[in-house]
Amino acid sequence: MSARDSILQRLRNRSGDELSVPECDFSVLQRPSSSVADRVDQFEKTIESVHGEVHRCTADSWVARLSEILSARGARSLLISREHQIGRALRESGQDNLPELLIYDEPIESWQPHLFNNVEASITSTQGGIAETGSLILWPTPDEPRLMSLVPPIHIAVLEASELYATFHEAMQAQNWASGMPTNALLVSGPSKTADIEQTLAYGVHGPKELIVLVIE
Amino acid sequence: MSSESSANSHHIDVKEFHPRAQAAIADPKLRQNFRRAMDGLISKRKDAFEGMDLEALRELGANIRLRALANLPDLLEQLEAKLTANGIKVHWAIDGDEACRIVRNICVARNAKTVIKGKSMVSEEMELNHYLEEHGIEALESDLGEYIVQLAGETPSHIIMPAIHKNTGEISELMHEKTGTDLSSDVEYLTASARQQLRERFMNADVGVTGVNFAVAETGTLCLVENEGNGRMTTTVPPCHIAVTGIEKVVGNLEDVVPLLALLTRSATGQHITTYFNMISGPRKPEELDGPEEVHLVLVDNGRSSIYQDDELLDTLRCIRCGACMNHCPVYTRVGGHTYGTTYPGPIGKILMPHLIGLDEGRHLPTASSLCGACGEVCPVKIPIPDLLVRLRQESVDGDKLNPAKVRGHGAKRGTLEALIWKGWSWMHARPGIYRFGTAMAARLRKLQPGQLGGWTNYRTAPKLANKTLHQKMKERDQ
Repeated sequence: MSARDSILQRLRNRSGDELSVPECDFSVLQRPSSSVADRVDQFEKTIESVHGEVHRCTADSWVARLSEILSARGARSLLISREHQIGRALRESGQDNLPELLIYDEPIESWQPHLFNNVEASITSTQGGIAETGSLILWPTPDEPRLMSLVPPIHIAVLEASELYATFHEAMQAQNWASGMPTNALLVSGPSKTADIEQTLAYGVHGPKELIVLVIE
Repeated sequence: MSSESSANSHHIDVKEFHPRAQAAIADPKLRQNFRRAMDGLISKRKDAFEGMDLEALRELGANIRLRALANLPDLLEQLEAKLTANGIKVHWAIDGDEACRIVRNICVARNAKTVIKGKSMVSEEMELNHYLEEHGIEALESDLGEYIVQLAGETPSHIIMPAIHKNTGEISELMHEKTGTDLSSDVEYLTASARQQLRERFMNADVGVTGVNFAVAETGTLCLVENEGNGRMTTTVPPCHIAVTGIEKVVGNLEDVVPLLALLTRSATGQHITTYFNMISGPRKPEELDGPEEVHLVLVDNGRSSIYQDDELLDTLRCIRCGACMNHCPVYTRVGGHTYGTTYPGPIGKILMPHLIGLDEGRHLPTASSLCGACGEVCPVKIPIPDLLVRLRQESVDGDKLNPAKVRGHGAKRGTLEALIWKGWSWMHARPGIYRFGTAMAARLRKLQPGQLGGWTNYRTAPKLANKTLHQKMKERDQ
């Protein structure tokens, strides 16, 4: 018999009593309704407590704010998407103090060392956020691939304030995740970190050292 | 249950628990490292649940796990069907050895020479690194703590923080010696050095191996919880990702992961969420520009289906591997993780490992506890760990006639003399006249009681017999 069949058979023919199926009461996850402003405040407070940075902007001001943020850090390159309006807006902004704009439009195999060694920052969209845990929801796409938000030392994410949910549960229900998941879905809540050396926090151990969120209000 | 896995053979001898405990207790540096770390984790956990209805959340967590276990075979089949439809290949392994062979075969088929690993306790259970290296495949840990432990040639001493037994100075010396970094007490520098070394390895690795925190049957999704980003690297950069997990990690619905995640991260490290919650539901699609072209899941039994047979022991399988039980355990804190000599240390190890290695091999595990109950109190899925410890103690001496022992290696601690004493004890207690006579004689002859009573008086003074029995005193009072 295959391992599969023998394991399933052992589980099916268990010797104990019939197992009861308990009710699961999810009401403990519910939160009182909150305004967008409250959720932005909570999101900001929570993500800042884990070393994330929040900048409140508008649809008109974010490009200028981004260029200030990147100049202050001396970043020389910024990875953007080809199709998404964020990438388009940056290419068409005419801002001359933006760093070199790189487009992630080729399979990783053809430029991996460059991405790993030279790209200093990236900017991605988000699929919303979670106020309670200070989390960004990322669903990488062919236009904004997975490594975009992981490899460069600075990750900038654009979050629409109106897409901020109170809890993970609410986001999952509202966006109907159970009906179909992408190859990769992520919650990102701060920069990469570790406390594996004597419980001392250090940032950027494998992923970005800085996570900067532009909240569009 | 499978025959005892030969993969356990390079573990330090579990039976040497007592001498190792003595040595650990006599090591002030080790005790300080653990005490400091555990105190920090206890207080962080407490703060993280502040303002939440912890009891209702634990109840929900426990019920979700119980519901998943009640439907376990169906959920595993549903998971397999969903994952397969999503393009993830599913494998089944009876024991650690078979799981190792599956991983190796995938590597061989891809002509893979180097494997990079994200954190996986099941792979520790399988001793996968050792196996792969014996077969000419290099396996490198990428979680910083696991990386340190691997450099030192050790095993993890904590399931969440593998290198918790070492302080910065020890780690600095180790990295200096093995990788040539400068000696430094600057944790940022040490971390940055490891980042640089591991980035090269990520780019060149042929296969990434990780564990799984939750496997969702409804959507065919593998969930990984982490802070460093090495898990995301491991599951994204190499062209092939192999996830290994115990069969009990499956949950029914996607929404089930929400409360379990909330409980896991708060219980483990006092975080309301980890930096990354990574949900993988398929390999790279043709139009995608990165991600692995192949994704595999190895479902490992390794004794779990045996635990599943018993209504009480089954609770062991609820565990979500947060480590809160060890953080709060007065024994673990004092002796550290390596003293146990098992893959999983601390309270969860004491109730899980006897099933994996046999109660004969692991006979000291259920007794390495004061039964203070802290582990059961903090367990986010309400596993009655102290009750299970008592159950395993009974099993180890075949001490329950009504419910015959069933764990492999049961009865290993049963001694003829002790069994005879208890037999006499029960015989006497069923006969009031003899009981009265016996206790009266004991009171009269109390001066003859030896001062040393074997193991009992190693750490305690001998109990003193009273000069009168309770019966005699009651009689005097009533007169």
